[in-house]
Amino acid sequence: MTRDFSSLHHQSLTQLRAALDTKKISALELAEYFLVRAETNTDLNAFLHIDRDLTLAEARAADAQIASGNITALTGIPIAHKDIFVTQQWRTTAGSRMLENYVSPFDATVVEKLKTAGMVCLGKLNCDEFAMGSSNENSAFGAVKNPWDRSRIPGGSSGGSAAAVAAGLAPAATGTDTGGSLRQPAAMCGITAIKPTYGTVSRYGMVAFASSLDQGGPMAKSAEDCALLLDAMIGFDAKDSTSVATLDKYKTPISARLLTAFALTSRADASVSRPLAGVRIGVPQEFFGEGLSSEIAQAVDAALAEFEKLGAVRVEISLPRTSLSIPVYYVIAPAEASSNLSRFDGVRYGHRAAEYKNLADMIGKSRAEGLGAEVKRRILVGAYVLSHGYYDAYYLQAQKVRRLISQDFQEAFKKCDFIMGPVAPTTAWKMGEKSNDPVAMYLEDIYTLGVSLAGLPGMSVPCGFGHNGMPIGLQIMGNYFEEARMLAAAHQYQLATDWHTRSPEAFQ
Amino acid sequence: MSLISDDIHRLAKLARIDITPAETARMLKELNNIFSMVETLQAVDTAGLEPLCHPIAIVQKMQLRLRADVVTEVEHREANMVNAPQQENGLFLVPKVLE
Repeated sequence: MTRDFSSLHHQSLTQLRAALDTKKISALELAEYFLVRAETNTDLNAFLHIDRDLTLAEARAADAQIASGNITALTGIPIAHKDIFVTQQWRTTAGSRMLENYVSPFDATVVEKLKTAGMVCLGKLNCDEFAMGSSNENSAFGAVKNPWDRSRIPGGSSGGSAAAVAAGLAPAATGTDTGGSLRQPAAMCGITAIKPTYGTVSRYGMVAFASSLDQGGPMAKSAEDCALLLDAMIGFDAKDSTSVATLDKYKTPISARLLTAFALTSRADASVSRPLAGVRIGVPQEFFGEGLSSEIAQAVDAALAEFEKLGAVRVEISLPRTSLSIPVYYVIAPAEASSNLSRFDGVRYGHRAAEYKNLADMIGKSRAEGLGAEVKRRILVGAYVLSHGYYDAYYLQAQKVRRLISQDFQEAFKKCDFIMGPVAPTTAWKMGEKSNDPVAMYLEDIYTLGVSLAGLPGMSVPCGFGHNGMPIGLQIMGNYFEEARMLAAAHQYQLATDWHTRSPEAFQ
Repeated sequence: MSLISDDIHRLAKLARIDITPAETARMLKELNNIFSMVETLQAVDTAGLEPLCHPIAIVQKMQLRLRADVVTEVEHREANMVNAPQQENGLFLVPKVLE
């Protein structure tokens, strides 16, 4: 007899937990349910690798854990990983021909931690090649479609992750963010994601793009779900040289503090209806200038008004070097990429050309065949800014301006608890619309790059829709290690609004 | 500043990526567009500023950790070589380097 689980795919992780705990469904049935959804919605091109035997084996192990009573909040709940995280059993391509058949000898720390927490892996998700892109059109395995409108991009680079969660092909996903790759696709697909403080989630086993910027994080339907996932992902890792030591701030689970994070400061005027009383929200004027679509400005303004209803107050702030974050990022990220991607030489792993005259010819041809246009472009930019005679003028200058940008944020946080603004200047654009103009695509990253350069936590929360029916995201930026309070504030917003509960019509 | 085709060839060589004449022409145009966008950096006064490498260094002292100099890895030669395009007797094969 088959049981009816028809509406499970848009349930929260807490609801799925309850269904598992009350035996309404087993981990095996839940895994099967999402596998079928992933297998029957292949036109989105969100998944790159599904192996049902592997998934079902993990689900059976989770059911055994549940039977033994030794569980975490996430035991038996499925998750899919961005194909930037290496996995021992599923292939890892990083969206590149270079790694088309690569199988990692180890699991990324994030993958291992989520597995240890009892999560069941559904497979690997499409992304821009080596996470370089803002539209997911740079994947060697084809673009991902936006579930809200299949003629549009899902954002990038974690586009497969965002599309899978929005379409209910997975209840949660991992993603990575180097310049906005968690926040922008989350905004464009109408889901919630958080990029935590640089160094808090291990980079071990995350295929490297720009090491001083790369940061993994969760993508899900709500701040509450992201908090549960982040609790399981965060932690010091000796295998990541820039991992930040475990702080007292993370000793109590973030998910347990969603309703209490603001009770810590005694605020006389706080009440049940005004839980955020006195919380100062900095609104940077530079995020509302030329280039921002008016419907996004309106949606963000309405979200800020909602926060005011919850008791928060708006404070005008300035991040004067916002526009400089684009050139700084597009020097530093390509520089680090050109260095990191030098490992792909066709010797130890990855694509090797079929014919070659000598070693240099083999490497030159293998890289030419294995890497895509955007990746080559960034490697050449990186090679230039790191080369003799230009290093000081470009790379070092960019690192110095990076310091100024970070200082601007610290100045701003003297006046406010959070900074809020748009995630992206426009909603999801049509496929192909910007793919012939790299600089036009880079300019789309203007609101997310600053947080990345400063290593600050940033999140995206659904806050409305454009006239084209495409989702709009509100960006919440916090100071270092402030994830718990950011998620708590986002949770209060989501208790008062229902934008995060909307799902695309074709996937209800 | 404007790059010329020779610069693209030099960069491609530095990056060990073979490029075709058609790619060179496209890359030249795109890189020049990128560098004209990046050019705005030159006008920023950064006198006396230290470069920021690790972002968290803005709020706390960061230094690279050293681990104890002991063996931590067991041998995984076979697993580590599974992805090698060509191998023999546990060695990676490459074209002859010395004649």
